[in-house]
Amino acid sequence: MLIRRPRPGDSAAILPSEITSESVYLNRRKLLQAALAAGVAGIGAGWVSEAGAVADLKVQRNAKYSLSDAPNSYEDITTYNNFYEFGLDKSDPAENSSRFKPAPWTVAVTGEAEHTGKFALEDLLKGHAIEERVYRLRCVEAWSMVIPWAGVPLADVLKRFKPTSKAKYVAFKTVLRPEEMPGQRSRSLDWPYVEGLRIDEAMHPLSLLAVGLYGKTLPNQNGAPLRLVTPWKYGFKGIKSIVEIRFTEKEPPTTWNISAPHEYGFYANVNPNVDHPRWSQARERKIGAGVFGSRVPTLMFNGYEQEVASLYKGMDLKKYY
Amino acid sequence: MPSSAVIRRVIKPALFVACALPLLSLVFAAFGIGGASLGANPVERIQDTFGQWGLRFLCITLAVTPVRDWFNMPWLVQLRRMLGLYAFFYVLMHFLTWLILDQGFYWSGILKDIGERPFITIGFSALVLLVPLAVTSTNKMMRRLGRRWKKLHRLIYLICLLAVWHYYWQVKSDVTEPLIYLAIVLVLLGWRAWKARPKPAATAVMEES
Repeated sequence: MLIRRPRPGDSAAILPSEITSESVYLNRRKLLQAALAAGVAGIGAGWVSEAGAVADLKVQRNAKYSLSDAPNSYEDITTYNNFYEFGLDKSDPAENSSRFKPAPWTVAVTGEAEHTGKFALEDLLKGHAIEERVYRLRCVEAWSMVIPWAGVPLADVLKRFKPTSKAKYVAFKTVLRPEEMPGQRSRSLDWPYVEGLRIDEAMHPLSLLAVGLYGKTLPNQNGAPLRLVTPWKYGFKGIKSIVEIRFTEKEPPTTWNISAPHEYGFYANVNPNVDHPRWSQARERKIGAGVFGSRVPTLMFNGYEQEVASLYKGMDLKKYY
Repeated sequence: MPSSAVIRRVIKPALFVACALPLLSLVFAAFGIGGASLGANPVERIQDTFGQWGLRFLCITLAVTPVRDWFNMPWLVQLRRMLGLYAFFYVLMHFLTWLILDQGFYWSGILKDIGERPFITIGFSALVLLVPLAVTSTNKMMRRLGRRWKKLHRLIYLICLLAVWHYYWQVKSDVTEPLIYLAIVLVLLGWRAWKARPKPAATAVMEES
């Protein structure tokens, strides 16, 4: 595990009493940042204290799977989020997620596989090098961002559990913690959030289990501590704060499809030729382009056509949207 | 009741400034005054702010007559034109933001959206219907149209319903807020219908004849 956290044995050279306890450190930071934020920003300062809670990761850039586009700013990526568990506005996740506890974290691996069970996040990721991949994220709302994710290929993790021949799909589930996730106390969606991929999609080298962004662990508002990233699909497929991975024989239900089946399908591949019933998907707004940055054309499979088009050969993408 | 001088010199100017505050908040945010910011998606922020205040001012305008009657404040009607024109202003800015900043005069997409996407069709219709109301808001037009003026301006009832519908249809999953607006508009319209209901005596006469 590459998240640098002090371990009991590591501090031999330094007396425990010499170390500022994490809570004091964080409190101090929060005070400083709150003071700073109050002076400088006045409003919308919630994310600042959040940023203080992330830890550094050791990452290696995977150039083959990275765009050359300049990534969006850390601020844009961490303050403009759709994460309905923390509220409906884009600013809500950053403002309402400070009480969420992403550690310790356990993931249950269940269903059609030889090895199943409950695993601490550290054990789930043990032995995997964390890669940095700069992906474009295309939201179904017709905006996009470029994000330097840190994570491990989903396939590498899934293979360790030896899925059986019955494993045709992989289903994911988000944690259910209404006491920490205020959005789950309202019925805006059917909680907990669930998502799924066909097994060949899950095993595709582009599918990433992300644990961080910008070389740091994921902030709560971005799906800490573990989330899915499938860059050729609309952003809502990228389920956050995952607590269960289940291998299934049948296509698993997915949250947005349950909420509005004629608007959101199981596949949710980015496709400029298949419009959302209420708005066009032909062009997208690039976050960070400013007030006068005009929309740009949306690319088939979000620009990952070469890599993933073969997965859908012969399929009517208007029918399987 | 405030004197006409107070209304003209104090209340109206104060209301004018108050109604401009949403616009000013955007200007402040655009220039980063006081640390305010338009956020990661400034176009969306501008468009949403204008749209939301357009809807709010439509509701406020629609509320003038009922509030006047409920609280016996006849002078309120003198503020209605300004409120209505502000509603038109914010709705127009909402539309222009979409046309210029969001779509960037991408005409093929714009025409397709207006024609094929019901929520945009409805919103656009509401704007179009507001134009004659704004144009005929002057004293001169009021005089010239006489009784027809009142009839024409009843279009606001339809416009408010269209505006709420437009909002309801663009929300992704949680329709609580649009439903709150709908409830407000229905109360304001329902009260009018109730007030205009045929009086029992009149009904009786009609039934006999």
